[in-house]
Amino acid sequence: MKLSLNWLRDFVDVDLPVAELASRLIDATAEVEGWETIGANWDPERIRVAEVVEVAPHPNADRLRLVTVNDGEGRQQVVCGAPNVAVGQKIAFATEGAELVDGHTGERARLKLRPIRGVDSAGMVLSEKELGLSDDHEGILVLAPDAVPGRPLVEQLGDVVFDISTWANRADLLGVMGFGRETAAITGKPLREPSTAHGESARKASEFVEVSIEAPDLCPRYTASVIENVTIGPSPAWMQERLIRAGQRPINNVVDITNYVMLETGQPLHAFDYDFVRGKRIVVRRAEEGERLLTLDDVERVFDSEMLLICDGEGPVAVGGVKGGGNSEVTEKTRTILLEAANFRAGSVRRTSTYLKLRTEASLRFEKGLGAEVPEYAQHRALHLFEQLAGGTPAAGIVDVYPGAKPPRTIAVTSARIEQVLGIAVPAEDVRRILAALGFGVEENTPGQYSVQPPDWRPDVEIADDVIEDIGRIHGYHRLPTTMLRGQLPEPERDPVRDLRERLRDLAVTLGFQETLSYTLTDRARLARMVPDSDSLRSEPLGVVNPVAAQHTFLRTSLRPSVLETYAANRHHEAGALRIFEVGFEYLPVEGDLPHHRPVLCAVLGGLREGRWPQAGTERLDFYDARGVAEAALQRLGIPVNFTAVSEFGLLPGHTAEIRVGKDPVGILGQIHPDNAALFDLTEPVFLVELWVESLARHLPERPAYAAPSRFPEVRQDLALVLDSETPAGRVLELVRSHRSGQVRIGADIFDEYRGPGVPAGKKSLAIAMRFQSSERTLTDADVAKVQSGLVTRLAKEFGATVRGG
Amino acid sequence: MSNVSALEGLREEALAALAAAPDESALEQWRITFFGRQDGRVTALLRAIKDVPASERAAYGASANAVKQELEGALEGRREALKQAALRALSTESALDVTLPGRPQVIGRLHPVTQTMRDCLKAFGDMGFRVAEGPEVEWDRYNFDGVRIPEDHPARDMWDTIWVNTLIDGKRHMLLRTHTSPNQVRVLERTPAPPVRVVVPGKCYRQEATDATHEWMLTQIEGLAVDEGVRMSDLKGVLYEWSRQMFGQDRKIIFHHSYFPFVEPGVEMAIDCFICRGNGKECRTCHGTGWIEILGAGMVHPEIIETAGYDSSKVTGFAFGIGVERVALLRWGIEDIRNFYANDIRFLSQF
Repeated sequence: MKLSLNWLRDFVDVDLPVAELASRLIDATAEVEGWETIGANWDPERIRVAEVVEVAPHPNADRLRLVTVNDGEGRQQVVCGAPNVAVGQKIAFATEGAELVDGHTGERARLKLRPIRGVDSAGMVLSEKELGLSDDHEGILVLAPDAVPGRPLVEQLGDVVFDISTWANRADLLGVMGFGRETAAITGKPLREPSTAHGESARKASEFVEVSIEAPDLCPRYTASVIENVTIGPSPAWMQERLIRAGQRPINNVVDITNYVMLETGQPLHAFDYDFVRGKRIVVRRAEEGERLLTLDDVERVFDSEMLLICDGEGPVAVGGVKGGGNSEVTEKTRTILLEAANFRAGSVRRTSTYLKLRTEASLRFEKGLGAEVPEYAQHRALHLFEQLAGGTPAAGIVDVYPGAKPPRTIAVTSARIEQVLGIAVPAEDVRRILAALGFGVEENTPGQYSVQPPDWRPDVEIADDVIEDIGRIHGYHRLPTTMLRGQLPEPERDPVRDLRERLRDLAVTLGFQETLSYTLTDRARLARMVPDSDSLRSEPLGVVNPVAAQHTFLRTSLRPSVLETYAANRHHEAGALRIFEVGFEYLPVEGDLPHHRPVLCAVLGGLREGRWPQAGTERLDFYDARGVAEAALQRLGIPVNFTAVSEFGLLPGHTAEIRVGKDPVGILGQIHPDNAALFDLTEPVFLVELWVESLARHLPERPAYAAPSRFPEVRQDLALVLDSETPAGRVLELVRSHRSGQVRIGADIFDEYRGPGVPAGKKSLAIAMRFQSSERTLTDADVAKVQSGLVTRLAKEFGATVRGG
Repeated sequence: MSNVSALEGLREEALAALAAAPDESALEQWRITFFGRQDGRVTALLRAIKDVPASERAAYGASANAVKQELEGALEGRREALKQAALRALSTESALDVTLPGRPQVIGRLHPVTQTMRDCLKAFGDMGFRVAEGPEVEWDRYNFDGVRIPEDHPARDMWDTIWVNTLIDGKRHMLLRTHTSPNQVRVLERTPAPPVRVVVPGKCYRQEATDATHEWMLTQIEGLAVDEGVRMSDLKGVLYEWSRQMFGQDRKIIFHHSYFPFVEPGVEMAIDCFICRGNGKECRTCHGTGWIEILGAGMVHPEIIETAGYDSSKVTGFAFGIGVERVALLRWGIEDIRNFYANDIRFLSQF
């Protein structure tokens, strides 16, 4: 909303500097986004009000005239080319040295006078453009008739226009009066109310029109007045100026008055040409399905049965609270006005304007909730202006149909509640002063017990805490101390999946991975790069109705495409190893319910391993790097896992392993299938590690199993086994590590795998570094030999293994 | 005397050989030559004492021992000198060009939004707030109605919604939550009695155009404290402490009036501009106001307290919502929010 400081001053004296007023309003009332100073560059000495006293032809030019003005000090002759200059006008007059906007170039420059076609000019009569008010350079700016020659223009026309965004519950702040009240409350100055006095003719308004409301749930109140013998014409300059500053286009005095009163009070009004109101009656009713009306903006609107229409004796003439119809529009021929000021249900107006895609100044106010008492006030204010400015005579009284009338509201507010909510006590005199300034009725029957009547323009005030907010914001939140929460700590609520998810993030970082976060909405084509049609859970993702862009239409059911896309994008500028990961949700559809948010860690790595120099080394990261990452992370978590060769869409067979705890899958790793990698424009080998947080959480030990280091020496011995090529090394190692013999602990690591000369065809040799240790004594060679021979017997039995060279 | 002169000759020979020994292995060779247990020449001379006439034996013995000790001392001296020379060489001829780059080490980093989120959660965790997450895909009932934003309410304009294309039972709408506030309702629903003190981190979504300060996917932290005796001054205290943790101990905060349907009173909090410290007319961070709007907050609306089954005349609460990206932008002076989800490692790896 645009708020003119001059207009605000009609209601309250303001002696604060502009920035201070803005800051106080931000603290207490609404968001002042900025302000524009009109006339900031108008030199009060050199740009003044003057009166045109004579207009004569220019001796040497047909299009120019010699204009004599009285600038308050005397007569001055200037050469002027404006077509609209006329004797008696008050105009803006500049003398040499005034800073102006050049009418042709638009640049700011100081006025330099020179003879025009041989005639000297003492100054310049200014257009709006030259003053920087608008782009209008067609004619000169004509000031209000009461402007006093000699007065600095900045005093006559200067203003500050605030750009304010108000809150969704305060329709009253979409009127200057609302800010008048707020400013009065903030500064302690009294509020001045504008005049609503007007005369009336002998004939009653009710003799002109009959009003009935058939949809009282959507229209709690409808008032109508009638003004006869109006003279349609332009509204006065001061009114036009205010409308323009508020962002409205002046039309004619009748329409301008309705807009002016709306901008002042927040209450929208609508003027009908009475002679076009058929049957001399107004019926407020729901539309019939498919009913139509050509609205003032020349668009044919089609209504549904929840929309409210204002009809005359024959059909619709306006969309309630939104826009008038073309069939009853005020024109220059209009003589009698039917003036509507009504109250409509906020939600209904909002629904209608949303469905019709028609947001108007009226609908924006109604949808925020206006007080049902305001229409009557707005009627009288408008009638006052009609009488003053449009020469009309109001008919006696107002037709007022008010099915939604409610008894005045009273809210009990206690000083104890004020302190309970704000944390400080507010003195009774401050409570009374603040509430009174905002228009509340306040009675304090017993000390600390207030009985509060909210003003009728504040339907947003419903409960005691609403009143307390008004007290708090005007009193000033800067008065609140900073205190700390007291009392008991709440019961803990454990979320082991979340905890593990965050630990995995940290582990990935520890292992050298950069975290990335990508959009969770994608498209089907991208998903399909890594999700097969056969995966019915993931190939039918949830879609959204109104995506921000087509590529963000579906909730991702896999992180793999996102992370690979990120990888590929970074490959363009990164020559070395890339290690990235994302922790996020797969959104898996669930019939009739919210999707399952399945947390996953998805890591991708590839490229040339770091060498001596920061530029890439020569050796590529490979499958076993990926596996090393998984092992390290899971080992750190204390989750014992095994790896089993599997096949998975998007991963290269023979280079893919499922990560399992026992038989329970908890993740997968492998090389991205080159065909799928190509879909991301990746030609290098890329490896994936994916860990499924919920599955892992089921196996997470509460605390790590630990054993104190033995003080007896460890015996180290290598064991070389010959096995069938097909025997998985992991299973052999698992058996070795799990072997138990008395108190002897066995540690084992594979340090070589070999096929070739010296090993029979179809066989391979595995070299295992063994460690034997007891926590009770130093092991002898005989002890170790005994344990090892038992182990070798088991290996022979399980895997057909023989000891190489043994 | 010949024995003694032999001793003297050997001494001179040994000292000369020692001085010529260039390294540790030559020293070892020298030691074997002169002091070897079997054939060492000094050893042999010492052993030869038995052939010396008894009258000369004492003198010979003393001389031989003196030579032996001198040579042993010389060996140690030479060894030490070589060691010193080697160390000198190490720091001169073998000196490194320390300006050459080091061997690359691999280090990972958390995303700046995650880091900021963690720091915020830590600050609130220290004040007794525990983490409670809720779903990103949410029912409209929780996202709007449960926080007092009915359909056809203009406050819905504050949150442009991305709707999910499923309608359950012909009436339940699914959407991408526009804020973390729906989880206030979920937490209250499952907590039979106060106190409640939680922070709700998570992604939210808005149907809006992206620019330098707006993203359609964003991260929020919702805070909620409900108990007997929770005051607006406590809200101010908690947010003050958080501001100091995140933006420096000398931060100041201010509350401005604001409106959110689920709080009453409602405020926006600003911190004093730590970039220009209130002196920058042209400051791009605070636009010359000296204050940076940073979050929305307020006292939980009594209706929400009542819906939770608590007595709103006794139980009060506060709630706040923080945009994590906005905090990250501010703390690092990042100019464009779109950097966060562009996922360029050249950007991410700087935090």
